[in-house]
Amino acid sequence: MSIHAANFHELRLERLGRQFGTHNALDDVSLTIRKGEFIALLGPSGCGKSTTLNCIAGLLVSTSGGIWLDDKRIDRLRPEERGFGMVFQNYALFPHMSVRKNIAFGLQMRRVPSAEIARRVEEAVALVRLNGQEDKLPGQLSGGQQQRVAIARAIVIEPPLVLMDEPLSNLDAKLRLEMRAEMRRIHNSLGATTIYVTHDQEEALSLADRIVVLRDGTIRQVGTPHELFAEPDHLDVADFMGFRNRVEGTLVSTEGGIAEIAVGEARLHGRLREQIRPGARAVVAIRPDDLIAVPAGADTLAASVISSEFRGRDHVGFAQGPGGRDLVFAAPRALAVGETVHLQAEPDRAVVFAGADA
Amino acid sequence: MIKDTSLTARLWSAAVWAFIVFFVVNLFAMIGSVVTSSFATRWLGTWLPAGWTTRWYGSAWAEFQLGEVLTVTFQAVFLVVLFSGLLGVPAAYALARRDFKGKRLLMLLFLLPLLIPPITFGIPLATVLYQTGFAGSLAGVVLANLVPTVPFVVLVMVPFIEQIDPKIEAAAQVFGANTSRLFLHVLLPLLLPGILAALLLVLVRTIAIFELTFLVAGPTSQTLVVALYYAVFAAGVRAVQSIDAMAVIYMVTTLIWLVIALRFVNPTQLVGRPREQAAH
Amino acid sequence: MTSLDTSLPRARNATAPVAPEAVPLRQRLKAQGYDGITLLALPAAGFLVLLFVYPFLYGLFLSFKPKAGGLLANYARFFSDPFLYETIGKTLWLAVPVTLLNAVLAVPVALRVRDIRYQRVLTTILVVPITLGTVLVAQGLLNYLGPQGWFNRVLMTAGIISSPVKLIHNYWGVFLSLLITGFPFAFLLTLSYVSGIDRNLERSAATLGAGGWERFRRILLPLILPGLAITFCLSFVQAFAVFPSAVLLGSPAGPTRVISIAAYQAAFEEYDYAMASAIAMVMGAVQLLVVGLVLGARGFLYRGSTAGGKG
Repeated sequence: MSIHAANFHELRLERLGRQFGTHNALDDVSLTIRKGEFIALLGPSGCGKSTTLNCIAGLLVSTSGGIWLDDKRIDRLRPEERGFGMVFQNYALFPHMSVRKNIAFGLQMRRVPSAEIARRVEEAVALVRLNGQEDKLPGQLSGGQQQRVAIARAIVIEPPLVLMDEPLSNLDAKLRLEMRAEMRRIHNSLGATTIYVTHDQEEALSLADRIVVLRDGTIRQVGTPHELFAEPDHLDVADFMGFRNRVEGTLVSTEGGIAEIAVGEARLHGRLREQIRPGARAVVAIRPDDLIAVPAGADTLAASVISSEFRGRDHVGFAQGPGGRDLVFAAPRALAVGETVHLQAEPDRAVVFAGADA
Repeated sequence: MIKDTSLTARLWSAAVWAFIVFFVVNLFAMIGSVVTSSFATRWLGTWLPAGWTTRWYGSAWAEFQLGEVLTVTFQAVFLVVLFSGLLGVPAAYALARRDFKGKRLLMLLFLLPLLIPPITFGIPLATVLYQTGFAGSLAGVVLANLVPTVPFVVLVMVPFIEQIDPKIEAAAQVFGANTSRLFLHVLLPLLLPGILAALLLVLVRTIAIFELTFLVAGPTSQTLVVALYYAVFAAGVRAVQSIDAMAVIYMVTTLIWLVIALRFVNPTQLVGRPREQAAH
Repeated sequence: MTSLDTSLPRARNATAPVAPEAVPLRQRLKAQGYDGITLLALPAAGFLVLLFVYPFLYGLFLSFKPKAGGLLANYARFFSDPFLYETIGKTLWLAVPVTLLNAVLAVPVALRVRDIRYQRVLTTILVVPITLGTVLVAQGLLNYLGPQGWFNRVLMTAGIISSPVKLIHNYWGVFLSLLITGFPFAFLLTLSYVSGIDRNLERSAATLGAGGWERFRRILLPLILPGLAITFCLSFVQAFAVFPSAVLLGSPAGPTRVISIAAYQAAFEEYDYAMASAIAMVMGAVQLLVVGLVLGARGFLYRGSTAGGKG
């Protein structure tokens, strides 16, 4: 159990791969995580994010590549030899042990003296604000409380790395927001290096220092929430970052990084994210908030309203654009079904990628 | 259920209830007649016996050597319970936690001894046990009875283990438990209720399993059911009240364990629900 | 998918010579699901191979080595001697009607009982005859159904009959003992099937205009039938192997000379193990045939989830 006490600088995944039969769940994933970072692995289900986490935890054996903690190779160690803390999706609390015993489990396994166990458990309980619940069984706790026990159990051992596998996915919307703030608070107060798996981009954006977007077992992009949000490198990443509209057209010209795309008569502008030559097919990805209704003009995208929804402060409109594509846009007011709207994208906020047959 | 108050629906419901009541009344009357007879001085051609006595219990105890028979019964049952747990629980764990080639074949192997009635496989089994010299001894009785009880433990335990989230074991490992501590601190406490239930069910079933013991038991390795069978078979040699007293002793032995078992398990589990049902 | 690496030390040592550069063997096995945990199934599997599969195969082998005559002499004797081959018909004549009756009775009772408050009391009562077993039921019915027993007395007092009906030492004694142990068995199995059916299916059928009978015929029955087929098979196999009650309650030389009696007599009265094995094989074959027929027919039924939505 030498790792857990040791200080470390970075965790490296080197060309990590995992095959299930002939299926590549993880392919050539390389990533360096620095001490103290909060990293989110983001992607849809089946993208390899949980596989990555389980390989790091040692619950799955990688089939190629390696995992290094500084200069020590750890990917052949058994999970109990790695000394990490982990928060599981359904918490995986030991149902037959009290809150106190659940939290103390990792310390007991490390043969920490019982006086110190008591002290550290008490600290952890205070940190996750579970005072007074120590003697209850997990079954007697609410979802949010179970979540707190799971977090306390993971951090009490002071692990070099805390692994979290979609920890908020079983909570209702309100509690999820509350626990998100809670996690951020705990991370700020401890500074534990954390790898956090989620399929919820909002969660990743609000929690992580850096986000790793995975798709089909490979890394699509690594960056800070700001980078990913403003400048997705890939259509898949844009998809995840809320660019719900995809309009296909032909690249007309590029000027200062802003591309002009012809969609029939209409002209859309956006920042070019991939190398494409004029005349080639291109896709403009636009967030609903950045596709706005404007007065009719020759270069606007004309669309027929299908419905509009009240969102509280404003409205969101759904319309059928040229070529039958569905568009989601920010509407100034409630719109009538069948009404024609003229839409234009914010050039600075729309992004342009190579089209399907480019 | 949707309340249906039409006349036909009420008649139908009444008919179903009438059948249930008829069945239960006959069942109790059957048991009652055995109990009544065991306390009867003389009972011929009347509703109730001419007088009451407990002396048949003493004579049954002596005539049928029930002391020895009960000792053998409990020894056999204890060994069967112990070994079916030792063999069945690990196997159930493997089947619940792993997918491997040949798993379906293995499941079939564990299902067949429960589906095929004991007398069908009991005759070839007895033949083999006679040739290897096990038959006629306590060891033979235990071995024969383990054939259906090991699969029974497996089939009861597999769904029980499956409903324990494997992530709990993963969590124990991540937090530093090695195999032996994982077993001691996490698995054993979690599995214990299931093991207890499965073994109690085995116990109740084993006391009552007749055919296998009957086929392989010798004069010194008879269990209570087998002794009862021989007594009934040779009716006329002993007073019927004496046989009934023995039957009551047998019933009490079985039902005590049934009552204990039912504190922990559902009655339906005694018939060993088929696997696809347990998956619900 | 979660997979734990808790291989036993034994498994790890076994691959030690191949390590360190060639990790694969252990991993290749593990990819197929073979590791230390899988080995835990071996003792139980080995035990059953030794005491279930082997005796069965040995019995099969033995049945082709008759005391006298050629390879098939035992089977030839079985199918030419009416005293032997008639046992098949006699056993079927008992087992099939009683199993059908048990299964048919189990359905309405299970449906009626599935949501009463004291369901557990009833299931507990019904589990008693199963627990007590066939020998005790036989002794009990000898008392209860006998000419001086309470059953005949009640019927005579009620004026339904004038002289005692003969219910023991004949076909009916065995039939009734199979009913008293077989019905609870079929009922408990059916109840667990019926409890698995989502109530909302019936409720939605009712809102669509289906009456009680329509709901049963179009919704419940199709969902119960596959389970009922399994129940029938399990009950039939038990009934076909009837032994102690056929001896004690029936007339074991006459109409209730069932096939297990023939097998028992061959083994333990004539000491002809080869013949006994042959009869046991015939018994197994008939059971397999009936089960195969029923399960084959079951193939045509709906066998998916009985829950209403996803799940």
